[in-house]
Amino acid sequence: MNNNNVIEAQNLTKMFGDFTAVSAISFEVKKGEIFGFLGANGAGKTTAMKMLIGISKPTAGKASVAGFDVYKQAEDIKKNIGYMSQKFALYDDLTVKENIMFFGGIYGVSRKRIKEKTAILIEELGLEEVANQLVGALPLGWKQKLSFSVSLIHDPKIVFLDEPTGGVDPITRRQFWEMIYKAANQGTTVFVTTHYMDEAEYCDRVSIMVNGKIEALDTPKKLKQQFNVTNMNDVFLKLARG
Amino acid sequence: MKTILYIIQKEFKQIFRNKGMLPIIFVLPLLQLVILSNAATFEVKNIKFGYIDKDHSSTSRALVEKFNASTYFNVLTDFPSEAIASAEMLKGEIDVLLQIPQYFERDLQIEKYANLGITINAIDGAAAGVENVYVNQIIQRFNQNIKMDVLQVSDKQVQPIAVETIPLFWYNKTLNYKTFMVPGILVLLVTMITLFLSGMNIVREKEIGTLEQINVTPIKKSQFIIGKLFPFWVIGMGLLTIGLILAKVIFDVPMLGSLTLLYFYTSIYILVILGIGLFISNFTDTQQQAMFIAWFFTVIFILMSGLFTPIESMPKWAQTLTEFNPIRYFVEVMRMVMLKGSGFNDILPQLLKTALYAFVMNGLAVWSYKKTT
Repeated sequence: MNNNNVIEAQNLTKMFGDFTAVSAISFEVKKGEIFGFLGANGAGKTTAMKMLIGISKPTAGKASVAGFDVYKQAEDIKKNIGYMSQKFALYDDLTVKENIMFFGGIYGVSRKRIKEKTAILIEELGLEEVANQLVGALPLGWKQKLSFSVSLIHDPKIVFLDEPTGGVDPITRRQFWEMIYKAANQGTTVFVTTHYMDEAEYCDRVSIMVNGKIEALDTPKKLKQQFNVTNMNDVFLKLARG
Repeated sequence: MKTILYIIQKEFKQIFRNKGMLPIIFVLPLLQLVILSNAATFEVKNIKFGYIDKDHSSTSRALVEKFNASTYFNVLTDFPSEAIASAEMLKGEIDVLLQIPQYFERDLQIEKYANLGITINAIDGAAAGVENVYVNQIIQRFNQNIKMDVLQVSDKQVQPIAVETIPLFWYNKTLNYKTFMVPGILVLLVTMITLFLSGMNIVREKEIGTLEQINVTPIKKSQFIIGKLFPFWVIGMGLLTIGLILAKVIFDVPMLGSLTLLYFYTSIYILVILGIGLFISNFTDTQQQAMFIAWFFTVIFILMSGLFTPIESMPKWAQTLTEFNPIRYFVEVMRMVMLKGSGFNDILPQLLKTALYAFVMNGLAVWSYKKTT
């Protein structure tokens, strides 16, 4: 395995009965990269991601994440990754601080380190005033930023973001991407799914999934050249329409 | 270990923040204890008693008077005809109908033999059985008196040899129904609350999506499960404590055996229930489904626990089934320890079966909990 690759997938396949959700996809993600995983709703993005984060067993193919095999070492993978799901998944009935404390705690981060991290996070996110309020009462944009920060609490090598900006206003989306860049600059690999094509432009490389297959994989610039269009939206439309 | 503490801490916070759930956990069970213990009784009282007296003699009136004197019967009316009496029974206005035929007194004195008609509304078979016993007791006692009267005037040498039985009721001398029911109801309370709470808890995290977030952390299955179930174990033990205090204060139920033994048994018993709850939540996707399944099993377990109907009177196959009913063992242990003062060796069979059950259920629950699908 190439030491520079933190994610490697070869012919990774997932079938649900007769239905092939992910069909023999192959790709690599380099360390420190922001890798965009694009596709329409139902193209198989989330299913593919669930195999990589070790909560769904592949039907066939090979894959390794952070140097660990997805079949045999799923629990080792989990130590090295952060994950933010499509659905908001912090506890609404715990406060901002309690959520950070809980997730830090179950990742085995020391109490002292959690305290430090909490202070930094709350300041960065500007959540000082609501730090002791229940998360359920926060606006969606704040919740999303908080859950991204929580997914980084244990300083993972790779962070998986599943449509992190769904339903969020443009300003918050902008801020969100600034946070992603910051994490990437600190050496964290970012694997992000989205169907906002303007966000695809922010990625180092993107793959586009159509009906369970990766139909295109390159930098946004090269993809635009290849399809002879001016923006990623048109690349996507050309691919998705076949 | 530290990880488990984080989960326990979180669970307790969530339980005590859930304003809708708190009263269900602590107030409803106690209401249940107070209300059910008073209401769930098999004593048959206030039997609606009607009669048709065609004899109109002093003997027939004396017989009716016997019923009137009994605290169990509410003597209603002398019905003029059987048709009217039957109609009243159909409407549920009378439970027991006594028919005294014409020449009742004369037959008794001359033939030394007379027939009485008794009709009992037997829709509730158990109550009808009890009513039958009461009616027979009264008539027999009346019969004795008549015999004495008759004997006094006739042959003195044929003395009736009366065989009298004096029953001795052990362990619950006054046949106080509450003494019998309260320990049983306490079992229900501990079981239902812990089963429903644990069954719904993990499935709730599935519903809101946080379980997936937990599953991508390196947390071990056993850590998560122990951390999740421990708070409900504590709640179960807490409920037992409150229940025992109420049983003593309100119902004055005796506590002959060792409290420590009772707590020891309960601590293992709750593990069975939590295991079942977890097992259910592993196979369901929503709280409604979990609730429905938990409810289904609770009803069967309760009805077949010997709490309301004795296991000895069930058909053989049903008795075999009750071997798989954890509630049965808890009811037995509770009554044995509290009312009979049974010790460790007496409840050992129940204890071992419960421990085995706990081991199997929790094994199944941990096995069926999958972090990876």
